[in-house]
Amino acid sequence: MKQVLSSYLRQLEAESIYIMREVAAEFRNPVMLYSIGKDSAVLLHLAMKAFYPGKPPFPLLHVDTTWKFKEMITFRDAEAERLGIDLTVHINEEGVRNGISPISHGSALHTDIMKTEALKQAFAKFGFDAAFGGARRDEEKSRAKERVFSFRNASHNWDPKRQRPELWHLANTKVNPGESMRVFPLSNWTELDVWTYIYLEDIPVVPLYFAKERPVVERDGTLIMVDDDRLPIEEGEVPQMRKVRFRTLGCYPLTGAIESNATTLPEIIEELIASRHSERQGRVIDHDQVGSMEKKKQEGYF
Amino acid sequence: MARLSVVGGTNDSASDRLAARLVAEEDRGLLRFLTCGSVDDGKSTLIGRLLYDSQLVFEDQLKNVQRESKRPNSTLGAEIDLSLLVDGLQAEREQGITIDVAYRYFSTPRRKFIVADTPGHVQYTRNMATGASNCDFGVLLIDARQGVLTQTRRHACILSLLGIKKVALAINKMDLIDFDQEIYDAIVDDFVSFAEPLGFESIEPIPVSALKGDNVTTPSAHMHWYHGPTLLGHLETVEVGHDRDLGPFRFPVQWVNRPHLDFRGVSGTVAGGQIKPGDEVVIHPSGKRVHVARIVTADGDLDVAREGDAVTLTFAEEVDASRGDVITTPDNEPSVADQLAAKIIWFDEEAMLPGRTYTIRCGTQTSTATVSTLKYKLNVDNLDHVAGKTLEMNEVGLCNLSMTRPVVFDPYGDNPETGSFILVDRFTNATVAAGMVEFGLRRATNVKWQELSVDKTSRASLKGQRPCVLWFTGLSGSGKSTIANALEKRLHALGRHTYMLDGDNIRHGLNKDLGFTDADRVENIRRVAEAARLFVDAGLIVMVSFISPFRSERRMAREMVGDGEFIEIYVDTPLEICEARDPKGLYRKARRGLIKNFTGIDSSYEQPESPELDLNTSDLAPETLAERVLEELRRRNVV
Repeated sequence: MKQVLSSYLRQLEAESIYIMREVAAEFRNPVMLYSIGKDSAVLLHLAMKAFYPGKPPFPLLHVDTTWKFKEMITFRDAEAERLGIDLTVHINEEGVRNGISPISHGSALHTDIMKTEALKQAFAKFGFDAAFGGARRDEEKSRAKERVFSFRNASHNWDPKRQRPELWHLANTKVNPGESMRVFPLSNWTELDVWTYIYLEDIPVVPLYFAKERPVVERDGTLIMVDDDRLPIEEGEVPQMRKVRFRTLGCYPLTGAIESNATTLPEIIEELIASRHSERQGRVIDHDQVGSMEKKKQEGYF
Repeated sequence: MARLSVVGGTNDSASDRLAARLVAEEDRGLLRFLTCGSVDDGKSTLIGRLLYDSQLVFEDQLKNVQRESKRPNSTLGAEIDLSLLVDGLQAEREQGITIDVAYRYFSTPRRKFIVADTPGHVQYTRNMATGASNCDFGVLLIDARQGVLTQTRRHACILSLLGIKKVALAINKMDLIDFDQEIYDAIVDDFVSFAEPLGFESIEPIPVSALKGDNVTTPSAHMHWYHGPTLLGHLETVEVGHDRDLGPFRFPVQWVNRPHLDFRGVSGTVAGGQIKPGDEVVIHPSGKRVHVARIVTADGDLDVAREGDAVTLTFAEEVDASRGDVITTPDNEPSVADQLAAKIIWFDEEAMLPGRTYTIRCGTQTSTATVSTLKYKLNVDNLDHVAGKTLEMNEVGLCNLSMTRPVVFDPYGDNPETGSFILVDRFTNATVAAGMVEFGLRRATNVKWQELSVDKTSRASLKGQRPCVLWFTGLSGSGKSTIANALEKRLHALGRHTYMLDGDNIRHGLNKDLGFTDADRVENIRRVAEAARLFVDAGLIVMVSFISPFRSERRMAREMVGDGEFIEIYVDTPLEICEARDPKGLYRKARRGLIKNFTGIDSSYEQPESPELDLNTSDLAPETLAERVLEELRRRNVV
């Protein structure tokens, strides 16, 4: 038997549930963006709680870049099955036809076409007017100023200077046809809160978060896992088995592993407390230049 | 739920250590506070210092900051610029200012903190109000070299307006005045005497240097004359627990939960007080009384739901409750009224106009509201009352609002959750204002509607016609009145009962007290729309010929009458042609600057987006155009 949630975590949970119910009540066609990682796992768990005894009144959408870890896809399908939730997977087929990949086209173009563009396609195809995302304000500096209800114009652009003020718990949910809202119920959660909550609530997460011997190559100081044979092994490189885990999950060639012995949630939490590196450090796309996340957000990256 | 008993010493695994920590932290609460003060008082540096000293800065973030500190704009030379940890958006990094509210998170073993970092620039005062609306405590920074400035006073007033009861006064940059106690004491005295009428319960002055770290998280070695707490020490211990838990029960319904035929509940978050199964409750505004059957959550039913709990209530009796209803106990009921007085902070670049309608969002309720009067403006530098007609961006005033249907609320001082609202522009969807209810106006319940036994339908059927408003809008000189006149002649000849409301004529009588400012134009249209509604009620076909340049007011007029009773006719004549015609010589005068606020010249005309009829007048006779309107009326079965 585990401990009960601290009063602080109960407050965060109630706040997130409140936000989800607001969206369900105010929008015509909301969707939950499900990216399979730990934040999505918490998001989905909260949605199951918010509408209990009913199911969440919106579908899940996974924008699949086709470069996710195999274990992520297996986990995704198992979770949708376990919870009895309607899951839609969208892939930018044009990108696939053009052979877009993070290896041949670089991380920036790949993310733009297979993620940002794909998301816009899905919005157009299904007519969504609101989408939940798992972003937290503690992840990155420009996200610290993101609203809980973040307005996007018809081209899905984010204008940091024209954000709607958020007073008390009153969300301005008005959007015109074509415009939409990104909604971040985990805005006030930190990485440590997320892991503590996962532990206390027994929420399943992708096994990649736990340390295990995995085949990796080291590139520019980053450990890249050889998840399938699409990863070209460069001359002189020998994939080696190292005990690694992932702190954040994305496309496998763009996600660095960390060496670790943490095989349980308490060990992950302990490692996190002792850690002196921020979570997004393992993300290759953030390093392009200072302020790069802000640019991507303005263009419609989630 | 049973608690894990921690296994001592011998079995010291990660999971035992975590269990011990979680037990220790079970009661750890949360403090939401904001930092504010003038530009360059060092707010971002102070927060950077709190994060840095509480070891929440990661190595890679620090490396980024070190790299950026070497850029030419950085003021600190070789030292690490801690403010860069906090200033998130690129634009403001380049300009060296903070342009929005940023949220930061840090914790100590005693408390978790959410910090709202708010901007100091005058034009962003509204953002400070936003930050303050979600906080329990304020840290007001003062540059020791500058003392109390206008901005300091303004921010203290805004904190007080938003109901923040306790503040810390962080007198910063003490290192730059040689840690001088006399200067410090003078600043404290100055602030305390100014803030006396603001009603803060406590003000804690603390001398600090955010840059050097003095008295932020560790006591200063340079100020032996100071014996108070460090800033962090104060943040960790200050009591801000509001006792809303003990107050009256409030439950705004967010969402009706009806997954299948056997379950029907209402979901929401308790906004005050507490409730137990079996308790009698009242559903407002209907006033129906029922009993709570269950308090449902995914973790099992609760014996009691308290302030802040997100739950689903079911009732013992069959009852209709929907989003926007407010559930309370019968002993301490909220106000239900369609008119109220509130303090309003204006957010939008376009000024507030009395008479214009906005969408109001109060709790989970949505309605439309009109600001009927601005009683006075508040000078936010000292909270003095000032006379005024409109509110510009960042101005605050006490206003009367009237809603199209009754709203359930409490005074803001009693419960900010049920006493606050926002106003949203109905065209741009921008949040234009934040409001705090002072009290409901009794007028709402005193003026009883006189039920009349002969109604609109019976009056109209006697005349054999369907009453409606034909609203002619367009520039001065576009031909509105000419076409309306021609039409009225035709209708009269057909035996129809009509009436004409002409802009110029009305301004000689009913509206002769009004000028041409935006505020007066709105009132001008409101009165005409009300008059038109009375004539429609009398069963007449009413022609209104008014420039009516703003979409909002045309929409207001449309919403005053029934569906299909408002026919907007856009007399679409280009400005050049109107100006060339200039039947009254007004354009010439306006061009010479003799008339101010002339539509099309120095005041805007907002074209109708979807008028029922768009009349392009350029090459057609007024009689032909009147005939086209008549065809439209036949098509709509008006005549």
